[in-house]
Amino acid sequence: MSALHIKKGSTRHSAYNLRPTFSDVQEKHTLAVLVENEPGVLARVIGLFSGRGYNIESLTVAEVDHTGHLSRITIVTTGTPQVIEQIKAQLGRIVPVHEVHDLTVEGPSVERELAILKVVSDGDKRVEALRLADIFRANVVDSTLGSFVFEITGAPDKIDAFADLMRPLGLAEIARTGVAALLRGE
Amino acid sequence: MVVQALKDQGVDTVFGYPGGAVLPIYDEIFLQNDIRHILVRHEQGAVHAAEGYARSTGKPGVVLVTSGPGATNAVTGLTDALLDSIPLVVLTGQVPTFLIGSDAFQEADTVGITRPCTKHNWLVKDPDALSGTIHEAFHVATAGRPGPVLIDIPKDVQFASGTYQPPKPSTSHYQPRVKGDLEEITELVAAMEKAEKPVFYTGGGVINSGTAASQLLRELVDATGFPITSTLMGLGAYPASGQNWLGMLGMHGLYEANMAMHDCDLLIAVGARFDDRITGRIDAFSPNSIKAHIDIDPSSINKVVKADIPIVGDVGHVLEDILKVWKSRGRKTQAEAVKSWQAQIGDWRKINCLAYSNNDKSIKPQYALQRLEELTKDRDRYVTTEVGQHQMWAAQFLNFEEPNRWMTSGGLGTMGYGFPASIGVQMAHPDALVINVAGEASWLMNMQEMGTAVQFRLPVKQFILNNERLGMVRQWQELLHGERYSHSWSEALPDFVKLAEAFGAKGIVCSDPADLNDAIMEMINYDGPVIFDCLVEKHENCFPMIPSGKAHNEMLLGEAETQGVIDTQGAALV
Repeated sequence: MSALHIKKGSTRHSAYNLRPTFSDVQEKHTLAVLVENEPGVLARVIGLFSGRGYNIESLTVAEVDHTGHLSRITIVTTGTPQVIEQIKAQLGRIVPVHEVHDLTVEGPSVERELAILKVVSDGDKRVEALRLADIFRANVVDSTLGSFVFEITGAPDKIDAFADLMRPLGLAEIARTGVAALLRGE
Repeated sequence: MVVQALKDQGVDTVFGYPGGAVLPIYDEIFLQNDIRHILVRHEQGAVHAAEGYARSTGKPGVVLVTSGPGATNAVTGLTDALLDSIPLVVLTGQVPTFLIGSDAFQEADTVGITRPCTKHNWLVKDPDALSGTIHEAFHVATAGRPGPVLIDIPKDVQFASGTYQPPKPSTSHYQPRVKGDLEEITELVAAMEKAEKPVFYTGGGVINSGTAASQLLRELVDATGFPITSTLMGLGAYPASGQNWLGMLGMHGLYEANMAMHDCDLLIAVGARFDDRITGRIDAFSPNSIKAHIDIDPSSINKVVKADIPIVGDVGHVLEDILKVWKSRGRKTQAEAVKSWQAQIGDWRKINCLAYSNNDKSIKPQYALQRLEELTKDRDRYVTTEVGQHQMWAAQFLNFEEPNRWMTSGGLGTMGYGFPASIGVQMAHPDALVINVAGEASWLMNMQEMGTAVQFRLPVKQFILNNERLGMVRQWQELLHGERYSHSWSEALPDFVKLAEAFGAKGIVCSDPADLNDAIMEMINYDGPVIFDCLVEKHENCFPMIPSGKAHNEMLLGEAETQGVIDTQGAALV
């Protein structure tokens, strides 16, 4: 190349991880964003994603610290590593954003989601639905002679699996909350 | 409270236009004398004037407009300030809180509309929070990467009484990082010591950092002997007369600057963001260099081009640290190699890429700007521009020795920016010579500000290069669209001299190159606003040019073969 022989990646980096790999593979990342709980902040975050063409797979937000006026937005997004770094940097740039954490990168994390599913069936399919719900440790929160409403919490792929199984058994409607996630350990 | 807060923030000038929703604030302004209010003729003019004020002084520009259409008219200026990182505080009136959301008279969702075009915005519903919000707004507008902020104040909040809070050191969590990481800086210095073909690539970030940053940059460049180029927004940080000055780079930059960027082995980006006007085809951009990127905004780094040595921090602080580390390590460079690199650059310079064919029958726009440069360079001069070919020629032919002397709309490229910006600059520098280099189409976009210039006796010089065409568009239509000039000429132009006189100002017209010197001197010496209608060659193209989708070493240097030069992929890029 040239006379400069810099060993890339040889120095310790600052808290901003500024030397990502530049590959073309789409990756799914779960981001936790701590923001001021003031009007318009969520609109700003969503405006960022839509304005720059980033993808939102799921998003959930709620206040987590009342005295500190902080809310936590958990976003699952997909993109190449370069795009994910840009998303994190752009989120960090928004004034009311306090912290941006990439839970997929920062360490092992716990991800949970809640879903409620309405399954309309009778006869064998109804019995099978109830049996599968038991196996998945889903709760029945509503029942009529012709339908059930199940409530299930778990990792997103467990919910995907449950929904797939319910589909041929009469799944009529499903409502999901989106992923909430935290890092394991301290 | 609003006026008190502005005073405590050191504001001396506000650009604005009254309306129903801001009457209480205008009442307070009437009853005091510390803050001057400049009445513009269109809210867009107010925002551009504040931008000119901010870029020429380093202080945030302040705007006051009313609700509804007042706020929406400010959107273009806000977007312009956001892209060029200009600190602005825009105060907008709003209908009373109990009417918000009811489609009231002159109501608009200002905060919603301006969310994507401001750094941050606030709707103040509690009178006790008003002063604190204004102080916070000034902090956000000026901290880190500067930008525009907007405070929407409902009318009942303006009328209410509350407790005023004086400014105090910001306790907000928004405290961007200004000191660069010392290890990264050391790595950069090690690279500088070994580089054989280094180049400094500087941008608007150096201007935003303050005059100290420009001083440090000059010291570093002259001590190392490395060549330096600048983007459109960074002109003046390093003097054009400096011995290491390469000239502007980019789509219409100089041949030697673009070639140096392409062939270098160490590229040090200081306060510049690798905009597409600079990089051309990204996969062929500076292919063999190690790239160091110094920027205060971490999201700029690795956005377009991969940075090998990223340094997040204020360029002033980082340059200071680089100098310290480099000096403490013995001020080493590859002096011999750098000398032969400079010689290579000298060979490229010999091509004389800005050459044009002059004649004594018509005024060439390049000649007009050369004459303007010659006759104004020794004065206390500030230059604003509109957008188009004249803007590029102004950047090529005018020389800047100091920062904060060059105001132009780079990122958004807003036609109609220059005239109001020149008004803002003249307000900040009443005794200076302020010139707006314009095209006739751009100038007409905000021509109503002639009223402002005459009312406030601002002797701004409007140097209009009138080719009766939308020049830059026409050039692209010639290059790319087979000379199908679709709506790129100016018809029904006014007689600019009569127009100036109609406003009570002076008008000068010039079409003969022999008269140019005298006409320019007449413009400079007239004590008042002047419209100078310079009738120039109609079909002149701006060269050099890197056509879209091409790399830095594929520049077009002249008329020769411009047909079929852009392929379909390049055609999709603007």
